[in-house]
Amino acid sequence: MSQKLMLLGDEAIGRAAIDAGISGIYAYPGTPSTEITEYVMSSPEAKAGKVRAGWSANEKTAMESALGMSYAGKRSMVCMKHVGMNVAADAFINSAITGVNGGMIIVAADDPSMHSSQNEQDSRVYGKFALLPVLEPTNQQEAYNMVHYGFDLSEKLRLPVLMRITTRIAHSRAGVERKEMRQQNELQLPKDKMQFILLPAVARRQYKTLLAKQTELEKEASQAGFNQYTEGKDKKLGVITTGIAYNYLIENYPDRNIPYSVLKIGQYPIPESMLRKIYDTCDELLVLEDGYPVVEEMLKGSLNLGKPIHGRLDGSVPRDGELNPNLVAVALGMEDTRGKEIPAVVAGRPPALCKGCPHIFSFTALNEAVAQWGKGRVFSDIGCYTLSALDPLHAIDTTVDMGASITMAKGAADAGLFPSIAVIGDSTFTHSGITGLIDCVREKSPVTIIILDNETTGMTGGQDSAATGRIEQICEGAGVEKDHIFIVNPSPKYNDENRDIIKKELEYKGVSVIIPRRECIQTALRGIKERKKQEQNK
Amino acid sequence: MKKDIILAGVGGQGILSIATTIGMAALDAGLFLKQSEIHGMSQRGGDVSSNLRIADRDIASDLIPFGKADIIISVEPMESLRYLPYLSKEGWIVTNTKPFINIPNYPQLDEVMKEVNAYENHIAIDADEIAKELGSPKSANMVILGAAAPFLGIEYSALQQAIKKIFGKKGDEVIQTNLDALQRGYDFAMANKK
Ligand SMILES: Cc1ncc(C[n+]2csc(CCOP(=O)(O)OP(=O)(O)O)c2C)c(N)n1
Ligand code: SF4
Repeated sequence: MSQKLMLLGDEAIGRAAIDAGISGIYAYPGTPSTEITEYVMSSPEAKAGKVRAGWSANEKTAMESALGMSYAGKRSMVCMKHVGMNVAADAFINSAITGVNGGMIIVAADDPSMHSSQNEQDSRVYGKFALLPVLEPTNQQEAYNMVHYGFDLSEKLRLPVLMRITTRIAHSRAGVERKEMRQQNELQLPKDKMQFILLPAVARRQYKTLLAKQTELEKEASQAGFNQYTEGKDKKLGVITTGIAYNYLIENYPDRNIPYSVLKIGQYPIPESMLRKIYDTCDELLVLEDGYPVVEEMLKGSLNLGKPIHGRLDGSVPRDGELNPNLVAVALGMEDTRGKEIPAVVAGRPPALCKGCPHIFSFTALNEAVAQWGKGRVFSDIGCYTLSALDPLHAIDTTVDMGASITMAKGAADAGLFPSIAVIGDSTFTHSGITGLIDCVREKSPVTIIILDNETTGMTGGQDSAATGRIEQICEGAGVEKDHIFIVNPSPKYNDENRDIIKKELEYKGVSVIIPRRECIQTALRGIKERKKQEQNK
Repeated sequence: MKKDIILAGVGGQGILSIATTIGMAALDAGLFLKQSEIHGMSQRGGDVSSNLRIADRDIASDLIPFGKADIIISVEPMESLRYLPYLSKEGWIVTNTKPFINIPNYPQLDEVMKEVNAYENHIAIDADEIAKELGSPKSANMVILGAAAPFLGIEYSALQQAIKKIFGKKGDEVIQTNLDALQRGYDFAMANKK
């Protein structure tokens, strides 16, 4: 046996992508998906193979670039966290209509329980929406294998393939055995010259083809081996699991002797025949799936006229939050083994901005500047700076989705709110703030936009930021008047100066942009460490 | 053989170095391993934990079930208590006594220690002090690992080997300091466990 690698689920996917012969990986960072791309970026083999690996401005640009690579005949991967699918949805849904040329896999990392997200949307729904095959691994090795299979499937059916993972597999390490490395594809244009031109006449034809392929997708899902039915002795209950829920099921049977019939699902669309078999042979069913009750709803239909089906909808398993072995035990009628409760002395320890973080000083100046107007006027965004909503700063009033700060401030200003302030990070600004800025400039909306430039994507671990050093140029290019663009230093020494600039710009009846610029403490420290290392190696 | 270990601490305290060392020792012993980590938001001074599962057969869940952990290893005393619902009745708590205070409402330390001491199977060790005595404050985590060593079901020598491998590039002196730290923790645990 070859030596197993100890890989995070994310790393196993990155490793497999390299081994399966990708020519490019495109992504925008987002927990828990970031480490897939980081793995490929730091791989010497990927570098030697000239695999394009790096960050895109956002998930939509990433998805389209990956599709472009596929158009050119090569294999590509695109990775994002679940909410990234919303940003990339237009490209994603339409890529199902164009189909692919080179193999293409989209990895969406869901975050049930919202460990670091705004919602717990389930990407499998996107797969069904687009009528595309979905793969959902049970463990790290299966994740690795599925990437190889996924590229084969994608090239065989000439469709993109969606792979859905969740936080627990993304960020858990286990042994993974590699397969042989495959050559990258040669550059080759699509044979059908109309394939990628979605004029209605073409789209109508290709949509019919996509619909016709559904039977084939089900057939693949019943033959590839990721969906498995095991008959049990006790026909009182049949258990259906998807993805890692299977692990929680067998965890509760240390000898692995499960008395019930089990349908383990890892590939969609689920073949109807497999569902029918377990439904017909068991008295009742229990559905265990992380995320939305996708399979459960499918079985129940809207009227639920058949056998009892237990799961998230009838409360056998909580409606929200990720599964765990104990929740599954209770759903199976076993006892909960929960130990002693947490003693009352234990205080919560919420995450906070790092000591000395530049954001702290931007918000101190802002708080002082808006004090006279009162609360409720600061529209913010997603990033480290969102933590300013908590103690002790209490500086912001909204956080919805990436880019929403500028556009919500505009809408509120349109409604008559004054002053109306947007606070957005540098990476979030290039992700999806620029388009909102153009809206503001066009109507000369009275908004003050603060772009917190810490020269990195801090929240997700310090990836490079698309417009470092160029933010003021971008704003100017978008039409913000030069006299209303300011670059300030967010540190205690300049607090009063910064406060006064903000105060003055709040009064301006047009678009102003203030850019507090100082590097994130964490990336600065990392830079120092790396330089030291290089010195030593000299 | 099965050992379910919860590692606890605060973001930035480097609990993963303990996980890596145990993991390497376990792999060299031919054992199966699963280790779930916390990434993202909770790294900024929030509480962090990692589930490390070792067994001589395949491991199912990435998460340790409630009431099944064999040991909680914590580099901070209050954090050792946060995971009590996971600890089995016979399980051990091995914790540093040095608090990491980055919140305004950190409880009185003696209140925290009272809760730790109320738990019969526990080792409470001032790892920071011992590491300082060794002239290497950074080696505190290895002191704690040493204190946990008697309960891991892994040969002590395997942990020593793992340290040699992990710190190999940093030179003999660093290796020796970490081996000494491991030993001091181990000796303390052997003298204090009932
Ligand atoms: C659509 C979408 N993609 C990705 C994320 C994950 N994410 C949250 S904030 C952030 C980047 C923040 O960077 P920046 O705006 O520079 O602020 P900083 O954290 O550096 O303060 C990312 C990638 C998300 N929440 N939503
Ligand atoms: S990681 Fe950087 S940007 Fe984020 S809180 Fe720390 S210093 Fe601030």
